[in-house]
Amino acid sequence: MADPTLAQDAGAHTRAATPRPRRTRSPLASVALHGTLGLAVLVALFPIVWVVLSSLKPGYAIQSSEITLFVEPSFDNYVHVLTETSFPRWFLNSAVVAAFTMVIGITMSASAGYAMSRFNFPGRRGLMWVFLVTQMFPVAILIVPIYTIMANLGLIDTKLSLIIAYCTVAVPFCAWMMRGYFDTIPKELDEAAALDGLGPFATFYRVVLPLARPGLAVTAFYTFLTAWGEVAYAIAFIQTDENLTLGAGLQQFVPRFNPQWDSLTAGAVLITVPAALVFFFAQKHLVAGLTAGGTKG
Amino acid sequence: MSTSTSSSVTFSGATRIYPGSDRPAVDALDLHIEAGEFLVLVGPSGCGKSTSLRMLAGLEEVDAGQILIGDRDVTHLRPKDRDIAMVFQNYALYPHMTVAENMGFALKIAGVDKATVRKQVEEAAAILDLADYLDRKPKALSGGQRQRVAMGRAIVRQPSVFCMDEPLSNLDAKLRVSTRTQIASLQRRLGTTTVYVTHDQVEAMTMGDRVAVLKDGLLQQVDTPLGLYEKPANAFVAGFIGSPAMNLGTFSVVDGHARIGDGLVPLPRSTVEAVGAAGQVQVGFRPEALLPASEGDPGSFAVQALVVEELGSDAFLYGDLVGDDLRADHVVVRLPPRGVPQKGETVWFTVEPGGLHAFDVETGAALPTH
Repeated sequence: MADPTLAQDAGAHTRAATPRPRRTRSPLASVALHGTLGLAVLVALFPIVWVVLSSLKPGYAIQSSEITLFVEPSFDNYVHVLTETSFPRWFLNSAVVAAFTMVIGITMSASAGYAMSRFNFPGRRGLMWVFLVTQMFPVAILIVPIYTIMANLGLIDTKLSLIIAYCTVAVPFCAWMMRGYFDTIPKELDEAAALDGLGPFATFYRVVLPLARPGLAVTAFYTFLTAWGEVAYAIAFIQTDENLTLGAGLQQFVPRFNPQWDSLTAGAVLITVPAALVFFFAQKHLVAGLTAGGTKG
Repeated sequence: MSTSTSSSVTFSGATRIYPGSDRPAVDALDLHIEAGEFLVLVGPSGCGKSTSLRMLAGLEEVDAGQILIGDRDVTHLRPKDRDIAMVFQNYALYPHMTVAENMGFALKIAGVDKATVRKQVEEAAAILDLADYLDRKPKALSGGQRQRVAMGRAIVRQPSVFCMDEPLSNLDAKLRVSTRTQIASLQRRLGTTTVYVTHDQVEAMTMGDRVAVLKDGLLQQVDTPLGLYEKPANAFVAGFIGSPAMNLGTFSVVDGHARIGDGLVPLPRSTVEAVGAAGQVQVGFRPEALLPASEGDPGSFAVQALVVEELGSDAFLYGDLVGDDLRADHVVVRLPPRGVPQKGETVWFTVEPGGLHAFDVETGAALPTH
């Protein structure tokens, strides 16, 4: 029979014999660790904090060589940007483009990903390769041919041209991602649904999609961001001020000889708000273990 | 719960060849299952038993032949149009639905009104002892409960055929035994034609009205459990059915006797005639068909004990044949639990009358033993 007190004694003994339990850290190591972490936090936060602080200063104080945290803090820059520039117009354009990119992107990449995950059709492998290969070309190479296509279609200077261009960037990647996610959902669920009387589309919509919520959330966030902050296509395709999106429009605040840092910083802060909101809603769906319990083995 | 209209199932030359493979996974399966019958498909992994079941369910294409449910040709119908329900090995419950929603899903899809669905789900839940769990999600259930939900989902629909694909293989040993009897008695009660796939020959023997043994996509034999046990059609079935397995070995035929170790075991005249000039025969005898004998008894042979397992109710002796002509693996003998031989001891046995099976050395087909 094992004697519990004896076992406890033995435990206490081993603990006493160890010179330093794992929990404690030498003061030096502690300082080094926290110092490194603190530095990393600073590096990450500084630009954002600085932009926010600058957006509250008057223009001359931002450009001043004297480094200050607060100089006459006010929301004047925001008022200016929102009332006396085309910023609200650009904001709306960006929101429309990003929203459509997101909706179209999710629809296309989820259905394409499902097809690649579940169905065996001629050219399946080829299609998957094409999706990968398209990711290898940088924007700089694609921008001219896509411009030509848009011009031939008469889409230059329209939001639709941007939505299509952003989808070409986001959909192949997201389709791959969704395929990977669908692969983790057991095929037996589709088969059970087929036996329960669902067709392929209903199976996708009622059984598979609800379980792919985390994948959809990532896709939503990715497609939104792709469109929201994009500059290169926007500058190339959009020619009139009223059709500009945020990324391209903001550049008007920084002409070569007279940058308006006050407007730019206020605009930059405003731009992050919708992105943060989308992230906030998306991350709620980033939960693990949605398929838990459905199958075993 | 009202009894469903049960149907017979007929496989007629049903063949499935997977793309990229030359060998059929299921090769011209001919099998008729009566309405209300519980048929077990059993065989080693890769024998085509699951494929056969999935062909019946419509989850696998049929490359040749036909499958009938009742007198309806369902060969190329979609799964949902076949009026079958399936219990999957891993249950395949919808994780985002509650137990009640899982069980009532098919009815809901079929457009049955909510009150009826609820009523049928509750009836099934009562049968399966799930009434307290109807509002839970599958992940909040134990393995045994999930298995019962999967059963419930199948019976709520009152289909004409149940397909069950190793539904017990994910349960622990004890639960498996109790669930086994529950499923069998539930099937008797509902009277629904059931095709049940398993690799476990004990499940096959205990549950099925009839058992179909498959190997390499070919149907070996269909019979009642006892029929398979007593009259295996070939050496494969003989070795597969029964636990511990039948002792099988190839021995030379000398003067109407099989030379087993040092012993000469008399063969029936019909067997000797069937062996003919081949000079060799595959002989099988079950562990319980051996009777203790003494040295020198006619027809006796010697076994040297390697291991003796005492199970309380029985004892099993694992040993080697003694003699020159050693062409069998270990010999297993079932003994009464008292007074078992010691390890290393040499013991003599004779085969009890009628306990000898003979098979062709080349084809493995059973030879007459009367």
